[in-house]
Amino acid sequence: MDEVLAKKLRILADAAKYDASCASSGAPKRAAGKDGIGSTTGAGICHAYTPDGRCVSLLKILLTNWCLFDCAYCVNRRSSNVRRAKFTVEEVVSLTLNFYKRNYIEGLFLSSGIIRSPDHTMELMTRVAKSLRRDHGFAGYIHLKSIPEASPWLIEEAGLYADRLSINVELPTEASLGRLAPEKDGAAIQGAMAQIGERIIQAKAEKRRFAPAGHSTQVIVGADDTTDAALIAKSETLYGSVGLKRVYYSAFSPIPDGSQILPLKAPPLAREHRLYQADWLLRYYAFTAEEVASASEGGMLALDIDPKLAWALKYRERFPVDVNTADREMLLRVPGLGARAVDRIVKARKHTTLRLDDVARLTSSLKRARPFLIAADHRPVGLTDRADLRAKLVEPAQQLSLF
Amino acid sequence: MNDGRMRAPRTILLRPGADLTGFRDAARRLAAEGVPPEAVTWSLESAPSLFGSEAAPQADRPLSLPRAVAALIPQVVPHRDPERYGLLYALIWRALHGERHLMEVASDPLVHRLNLMAKAIGRDLHKMHAFLRFRRTTDDGDERYVAWFEPDHHILEAAAPFFVRRFAGMRWTILTPEGRAVWDGDALTYGPPGSRGDVPEGDGFEAGWQTYYETTFNPARVNPKAMRAEMPKKYWRNMPETASIPALLRGAAERTAQMIEREPTVPARREPARAVAAMADQDPKNLDELNAIIRRTEPLVPGATQAVLGEGPPGASVAFVGEQPGDQEDLKGRPFVGPAGQLLSRAMEEAGIDRGGSYLTNAVKHFKFTLRGKRRIHEKPTAGEVSHYRWWLDRELEFVAPKLVVALGATAVLALTGKAIPITRARGPFRFDRHETRFQGFITVHPSYLLRLPDEAKEEAYAAFVADLKRIATLGAELSA
Repeated sequence: MDEVLAKKLRILADAAKYDASCASSGAPKRAAGKDGIGSTTGAGICHAYTPDGRCVSLLKILLTNWCLFDCAYCVNRRSSNVRRAKFTVEEVVSLTLNFYKRNYIEGLFLSSGIIRSPDHTMELMTRVAKSLRRDHGFAGYIHLKSIPEASPWLIEEAGLYADRLSINVELPTEASLGRLAPEKDGAAIQGAMAQIGERIIQAKAEKRRFAPAGHSTQVIVGADDTTDAALIAKSETLYGSVGLKRVYYSAFSPIPDGSQILPLKAPPLAREHRLYQADWLLRYYAFTAEEVASASEGGMLALDIDPKLAWALKYRERFPVDVNTADREMLLRVPGLGARAVDRIVKARKHTTLRLDDVARLTSSLKRARPFLIAADHRPVGLTDRADLRAKLVEPAQQLSLF
Repeated sequence: MNDGRMRAPRTILLRPGADLTGFRDAARRLAAEGVPPEAVTWSLESAPSLFGSEAAPQADRPLSLPRAVAALIPQVVPHRDPERYGLLYALIWRALHGERHLMEVASDPLVHRLNLMAKAIGRDLHKMHAFLRFRRTTDDGDERYVAWFEPDHHILEAAAPFFVRRFAGMRWTILTPEGRAVWDGDALTYGPPGSRGDVPEGDGFEAGWQTYYETTFNPARVNPKAMRAEMPKKYWRNMPETASIPALLRGAAERTAQMIEREPTVPARREPARAVAAMADQDPKNLDELNAIIRRTEPLVPGATQAVLGEGPPGASVAFVGEQPGDQEDLKGRPFVGPAGQLLSRAMEEAGIDRGGSYLTNAVKHFKFTLRGKRRIHEKPTAGEVSHYRWWLDRELEFVAPKLVVALGATAVLALTGKAIPITRARGPFRFDRHETRFQGFITVHPSYLLRLPDEAKEEAYAAFVADLKRIATLGAELSA
C-alpha cells in the first residue's frame, strides 16, 4: 500500500469514525461464487476491537471529507480546518478487497461529505458498490450512507448493491436542526427515510433485492438539550413509521477543531449506554416509550441503574413474579432476566418445577432478579418494599472513561 | 435392549481431537448393548484398548435421538475437555431412557454443562473466523494467502468451511498447532500441523490495516476493559493491529484533553457561496438531461440491454404511456417497435393520429423477462418496480407537457394514478391528478392485449380500440385548441 493511499486512509477513516454503526448483521446468508470472494453470516462478525471497546467490523471510511454543508456538530463541516482528502472510486474498491482478502473486515461502510451536489456524491458512492459487486464478484457486506438530498432514483439504485442503507437523523428535533445544521431539511430526511422503508417492504414482498439488511439511523446525544424520554419517543416513532432496523445513539464527542457554538466536553458515555438499553426494551421486551419514560426523572434515565430495573423499582406492586406460572410478558419485565433466559424458563417449566438453583443456571444475573422472583423454594418476603433495595442493586460505579 | 445391570466396564478408545465418527460408532454400539454411562471409560490415549483392538466394528443401527440432542453432539465433540464424550453419552443414555425432552430442561445440570461447552465451541469458532489474519505470498510463483491461528479447542475442521464459503476465489492455507486446512480453489484438504514460522513475513497491507485500526479509535471514548472482554489478550500476538494498543491507550487522555482545552479555531475562510447554491440545484432541467440520467441508471431487475426512452416531440398534444419495453424495443432502444407497437401504429393511422407528432413512452423503462430456451419471455413489472420508475415518468411528462395523457393498459394506469384500477371500469376519459401538474387523461387497453385475444374476439376489440383512439384524437385536438 503506497504512502499517498495510507495518508488518505488516515484522514478519511478519522473523519468517518463518529458514526457509531459498524454492524454487519441482517444480510441474507450468501457465499462467494466460483472465483468470487465474500460471504455474509447473518449475525455479522467483529474482526477487532479498538481500545474504546468498539467493534471493527467494516472498513468505515468517507469517500471524501470535503463537504459543502456546514453542520456545527460535524468534524467535516466546510468551515472546519481539518485536513481534506478524496479517494477515487478505484482506491476504495481496492482497499476494500485487499483488507477483505486478509480477513480484516466484513465489508465496507461508505459515507461521504457532499461535493459538487448530493446527486454527484451519491452516484460516486454507488459506483463503488457497483464495481465491487459487478467487477469483482464481491459478496461481502456493504453499507452505504444515503444522502437524503440526493434524487430518489439514486437512493433506489444504491439499494440494489447495498445490504444496508442509512440516513442519519443526527439531531432529534427541528429546533436543533435549525440551530446546528441550518442547511439541512428535516422533512427531506424524513421523506428519504420513508422512501427507503417503503422500497424495502416492496422489494421483500416481490422477492427482489433491495437493501436486504434494512435501514438504520443515528442520533447524536448531548449536542442539544433533548431529553432521553424525547429521544426514545422519537425512536419508537421511527421504528413504527419508516420500519427502521436500528437507531444508533452517538454520544457527542469532542472533535478536533470543534465549532464555537458547541461546548467541548467529555462525551456522555453512561447516558448513551442507558439509551441503548432503553432502545432494547422497545425492540425486544415489549416496552412502550411511554413506559420507559414513566420510570425516568424529569425525562432523563437514571445513570446508576438500568432502565428496566428503574421501571421495576417504580412499579414494585407488580412484583414478585412467579417463574413457574407468570406469563412470558411479565417475565420479560423482571430485571436480570434476558429474552433468552425467559425463553428457557418457559420451556423448562413444562417439564419441571423451577427452584432458585435452576434459575441460576438459566440466567447470568440471578442477583438482580432474585428480589423480584418467586421460585419453588424462594419467596422474597417484603423485599420489594424495602427502601434500600435501589441502593443494593446499584451497579458499582464503572469507570467508563479516563476523565 | 438389555437391562444394563452389572456390565463389565468398557473402555472406548478415540482419536485425539474431535473424533465425531469414532464417538458415534461407539455410542451406537454401547447403546445397542445397553451399557450404562457409568460403565464406560472414554480413553483418548493412543494405547490400544479392548475395544480398539477389536476387529473393525460392523456398522450399528443409527440411534433415534431427539433432534436437539443430535444437534448438540457435533457442537460439543470439538471441546478439549476430556470428559466431553462421557457427558455426551450420559445425555444420549438419558434421552433414550425416558427423558426425550431433556434438552428442553436447560436448568438440568448436565444439559446446562453441555450447553456451556457448546457455547464455548461457538465462541472459539466465532473468534477464529473473526481474528484469523491472512498474509499474501507469491513465494512459489502463485498467489496464496497463509494464516497461523491457535484455537482453544479442536475446531479446525469445524471452522474451515466458513473460509471456503468466504474465500472461494483465493488459494489459502490455515495452519494450527493440530493440523492445517488447505484450499486450492476447488477442494479442501487437511494436513499436518504447522508453526507460526511457516507464515511468510511482511504483507504490503498490514501497515495500512494498522493505520486504519489506529485511526478508527476515538480517544475520547477509551474503554480497554470492554475491548479485552471481546478480544482477550491471548489472541493479540497473531493480530498485527494490536501492536498499536499500548500507544493508543497511553496517548488517549492527552489527546482528548487537548481537543477539549483547545480554543475553537477561527473557521477557515471557505465560504463557497456559489458552490453551495449550485449544490441545491441538481434536478434535470430538460428532457435531455432527464434522459441522460435514465440512460446511465441500472435496470432495477438485471438483464435489459438498454433503457428505452420516450420518443416524440416535446410539446406534443397527446402522450401515450405503455407498460414496459418488449424484446424488440430492448434491442432497438425505441418504444413501440415490436408486434404490439406495429398494431398501435396501424390503429393510430386508422384513427387519424399522426404517430410522429405524438409522444410515446413506457411506465417502466427497462425490459424484464424470463429466459425460456433462447426466447426472452416478457414479464409484467411488479407494483414496486412501477413505483420505482414513477419518478422519471412524472418528470418526463412535466417536460413534454402534453394536453392529454393516454394510459395504455393497467400498468400505465397504476403508474399514473398510483392505484390499481380495472381498465374495464375506468375506460374512457380520466383525470390524472396525482402529479403536481395535473393531466387530462384517457384510459384504454394496451395493444398487446389485442394480440393475446382469441381470433373471434380480436376484430371487435380492435374496433373498440380504434374507436377509443378516435375519441383521443378529438379530445387532443379540443384541448390543444
